[in-house]
Amino acid sequence: MKDSRISSTRTKYVLPALGALAGLSALLSLCLGAVSLAPGEVLGALLGTGSGPAAQIVLYARVPRTCGCLLAGASLAMSGTVIQGVLGNPLAAPNVIGVNAGAGLCTALCAALWPAWTAALPFAAFLGALGGVLLVLAIGARTGASKMTLVLAGVAVSGMFSAGIDAVLAFFPDALNGYTDFRVGGVANLSMSRVAPAFWVILAASFLALSLAGEMDVLLLGEEAARSLGLPARRLRLVLLALAAALAGAAVSFAGLLGFVGLIAPHMARRLAGEDSSARLLLAAALGGAALLTLCDILARTLFAPYELPAGVALSLLGGPFFLWLLLRQRRGGGRGHA
Amino acid sequence: MLEVRNLAAGYPGRTVLEGVTLAVRPGRVLALLGPNGCGKSTLLRTMPGLLPPLGGEILLDGRPLGDYSPRQAAQRVAYLPQSRTAPSITARRMVLHGRFPYLSYPRRYRREDHDAVDRALAAADALDLEDRPLPELSGGQRQKVYLAMALAQETETVLMDEPTTYLDIRHQLETLALVRRLAAEGRGVALVLHDLCLALASADDVAVLGEGRLLALGGPEEIYQGGILARAMGISLERTAGPEGWRYACRLPEEE
Repeated sequence: MKDSRISSTRTKYVLPALGALAGLSALLSLCLGAVSLAPGEVLGALLGTGSGPAAQIVLYARVPRTCGCLLAGASLAMSGTVIQGVLGNPLAAPNVIGVNAGAGLCTALCAALWPAWTAALPFAAFLGALGGVLLVLAIGARTGASKMTLVLAGVAVSGMFSAGIDAVLAFFPDALNGYTDFRVGGVANLSMSRVAPAFWVILAASFLALSLAGEMDVLLLGEEAARSLGLPARRLRLVLLALAAALAGAAVSFAGLLGFVGLIAPHMARRLAGEDSSARLLLAAALGGAALLTLCDILARTLFAPYELPAGVALSLLGGPFFLWLLLRQRRGGGRGHA
Repeated sequence: MLEVRNLAAGYPGRTVLEGVTLAVRPGRVLALLGPNGCGKSTLLRTMPGLLPPLGGEILLDGRPLGDYSPRQAAQRVAYLPQSRTAPSITARRMVLHGRFPYLSYPRRYRREDHDAVDRALAAADALDLEDRPLPELSGGQRQKVYLAMALAQETETVLMDEPTTYLDIRHQLETLALVRRLAAEGRGVALVLHDLCLALASADDVAVLGEGRLLALGGPEEIYQGGILARAMGISLERTAGPEGWRYACRLPEEE
């Protein structure tokens, strides 16, 4: 295979290593918490041979929570990777450019107006996320689309959407009942029935995004080069952004406004897996994002046990400084990659 | 063969060039010359359909360009843009992207694509660069990689926008030697050049653009004798016989 010659030995081990890390963090997430369980107990519960409170905890609290973490982390990370690539902007991420807030607003609206339709939530969130993306894109196109402008437009759009969420909650205080940590993002009190619809959306969207990885590679060469290679660049850009919106929206629909996974994970993935292949980059970001969110959630619920913080708090404490560092690096003109 | 008839090129509300008729013939090198802002690059970008034409026809092998899908057109015409970004990928990966028009969804690069990349890298003298990340390469090396990408596209027609800009003289000469080899293989090459002397010495045909139109089209000899090029550029152009043909020299015109 010629491909092995392209990828250095280091990048070859990145995916298995990240996969192992995600698996390990999932195992830890099943074991640790207000009540710590031995791996044996967890395994027993999973296989249906366990009984008693341990099995109850595993099946009804830890499994949905862990699945939620892995799923939300992976899909937000892939969404961030696509958005950063397509916009050519390393500062962009679903939470930065208003995608998460848009998804949040539509989730809140849908939950308020049609409380019984939980399966519709990911789709409502998708529409909101898409609205956020297109709004920011339109503002960016109008103002000349510098990287900073896009980020600032995202701040403005996020602010408006957040106000919308607050307004919905003022009229329907019970709309997001069960979403204890919606504003900051969290995965406590998840049930499988809430994760399942989002799972299908995420599965389909990530499959499509991966199948378009070759196109994404070519798009990263710049619009003119991409078009001269026969790629319908504008259409593809919209398709990819719609997929990113679906991924982020589905995650928001059950995990709330989780920030920064979509920002940190793609940067980590680029460092580790290189930028030669968007497919590898997407997979690395997904695995890394899943591990990152799961670990953040474990930290958030064990650090001050028996008190639990929402996962989003730990994530923002990590992600905020990281974003500032990125901003400073941009100012110094040290932005790597598609600068 | 890529040809344009009575083409008007430019941007919505701003026509840059009008009434241009020319062809990029197989086996020949066509140099587009003219002062800054005369529309050379605009024309070159309109020819493969990257800019919508404002009028006239673009024909590819005798059929309107619009009859071809973007992919089919990209299998026949390669375009090397003037602004060359350097994404953080290896040179080989970059050249592999030249095979994109030959793949159908979902894109998987095949054995023959890798073979085409090997040939292109060898032709552009860039085999030793294949594992290097693009941002680490010098301007001349990057240019070789871009040329290799256009070659990997294996098109009959190759359009190059200022392929020698920012290159030192050795790389400029190497680039033009490669262009000559492409023509010798039977491909048609059109290129925008700033160096008149280089262009007159190495092109088969010369198109002089200026005043919003095609001022002249012909062989270097004809163009030189007609004096149109010197007038369009606002210079005086002379030549002396050298061991390998004419040597051209440009200078500012004498004050009258």
